[in-house]
Formats: sequence, C-alpha cells, structure tokens
Amino acid sequence: MDTTLIAVVSIATSGLTIGIGGMCPAIGEGRSVATALTSLAQQPDASATITRTLFVGLAMIESLAIYSFVVSMILIFANPFWTHAIAQSGGK
Amino acid sequence: MNLTSDQQVFWQSGLVKLNLTIVTTWAMMLVMSLGAKLITRRLATEGPIPRWQGALEIIITGIEQQIADVGLTEPKRYLSFLGTLFLFVATCSVCIVIPGFSPPTGSLSTTAALALCVFIAVPLFGVREQGLGGYLKTYTKPTFIMLPFNIISEVSRTLALAIRLFGNMMSGAMIVGILLTITPFVFPIVMTALGLLTGMVQAYIFSILATVYIAAATRVNKKQSQPIQ
Repeated sequence: MDTTLIAVVSIATSGLTIGIGGMCPAIGEGRSVATALTSLAQQPDASATITRTLFVGLAMIESLAIYSFVVSMILIFANPFWTHAIAQSGGK
Repeated sequence: MNLTSDQQVFWQSGLVKLNLTIVTTWAMMLVMSLGAKLITRRLATEGPIPRWQGALEIIITGIEQQIADVGLTEPKRYLSFLGTLFLFVATCSVCIVIPGFSPPTGSLSTTAALALCVFIAVPLFGVREQGLGGYLKTYTKPTFIMLPFNIISEVSRTLALAIRLFGNMMSGAMIVGILLTITPFVFPIVMTALGLLTGMVQAYIFSILATVYIAAATRVNKKQSQPIQ
C-alpha cells in the first residue's frame, strides 16, 4: 500500500511538473522570439546583437523547463523515497 | 535504465572509480589534442594552405570574433579558456552520431566540473583586469544592499550552467532511448538529428554565457565612465 501510494504520487507529480514546467517557459520563449522577430524586421542591421541576446535569453528561460525536466526524471528514475520504501519492504 | 554514464563502473578501488564518463572524457581529450597536434604539425603561411589548417583557422577566428562581439576587447586573452569550453562541449555533442557513444556532458559530474571552471575563472579574470579591490567592489554595485543578491546570483548561475547542459544532453539520449522502445525504425534518427542541433546550440550558449559573465566581471568600471545613450 505504502509503495503503491509513493509510486502513484511520484508519477502524477512528475507528469504535472513537466507539464506545467514546460508550458510556462514555452509561453515565455514564444513571446521573446516574437519580439525578437519584430525587432529584426525593424532593424535588420542589428541582427547580430539581437540574435545573440535572444539566444542568451532563450537559454535562461529554457533552463527553467530543463529544471522541471530534471526534477521529473529524478521523481521517476532516482526517487529517494521510492528507494527508501523498497529497502524497507525488502528488509521486512 | 541508466540516467547518466556515471553508473557504468568499469573498475573500482576504494574511492577511486573508473566509470564510462571518465573513459569517454579522456578518449575525447586524446582525440582532440592528438588531432590538433597532427594538423598543426605542418603549418603553411604561403601558397596553398592545407585543408585541415583552414578548418581550424575558421573555427578559431570564428570563436575570436564571437568573443569580441560580446564586448571583450582583447579576445586573444580569453580564447584559450572559452575556446576550450566550446570545442569540448561541441565535440561531445557531435560525437553522439557514433553508435553506442554516450556523451560525457550527459553526466552531472562533467557539467558541474565545467561550470566550476567558469565559476573560478570569472573572478580570476576580473581580478586580473581591475585588481582585487576593484573586483570586490563590483559586488556592491549598484548599492551595498545588493551584496547578498550578487553573491547568490554568482552561485545560482553556476548551478544553472551545470544543470542546463546536463539536462539538455541527458534528455537527448533519454528521448532516443524511450523512442527506441516505441517506434524503433525511423523516428529515433530524426530525434538524434534534433539532438545534434540542440547540442550545438548548447555548446554555443554555454560558451557565450561564460563570455558574458567574464565580460561583466571585467568591464564594470569602463561601462560606468561611458555616457548612457
């Protein structure tokens, strides 16, 4: 019962984590790319600066999504509570 | 399922471990340094330039140009550090086309080591450029209240550098692994191609972020004396 509960909560939480954590950075990235495209169309001469700043900003935003991904991967594949519960039930 | 290549241990004696990450890292270092040695053995300045020398020159001048674009006025000073970072991460991402190769950047220990290099190099370059007092003063800009936040940002961006590279490279390998069990034929190849693209973008981002951090640490004084446009 205990291990099942841990498994259910872990899987559901990891799904929620990557779902919400992917959605919000996606909105942010879309907005920043759209703005960068607008400014590229208005000022093609500044394309080098705009592109570099865009990439750096995208990396910053994207790292949030990567954090959620890493957390969800940890919840599924390297969950400390799950390992603990397995060790407990194995010890009995 | 192996989350990182750290978990494949070949040889262990006490605390000393020899895992797949170390083996691939040293293999790549060997290939890159031997290749560079072989190529630069016969350098030509006149007449027809050898192909490989031309390729290396394109890479080096490209990196130099990028560093100069960010705002470091003497790119040659930083070329050895930033160029090494870029070349290592880029070669790691390109080598994923080799079957059975797991990139060393897909393990948190490698990326943490790379990020620690940046973490140490930024104050070193900053101190060399503006002296110890001048560098330490940048932590209290714009006001003294910002001191703890500046220190926090120093640590958290190092963490972000490590986790970003690790997450990207690990997710590429993991997606291919998961897709192999669902649609084994064509689709994993497409995802590997996408992994190549994101790997190169990550190599670019890692080195450009390190460049931006170094630029921020070395030119605060000059920036203040400039009029705000």
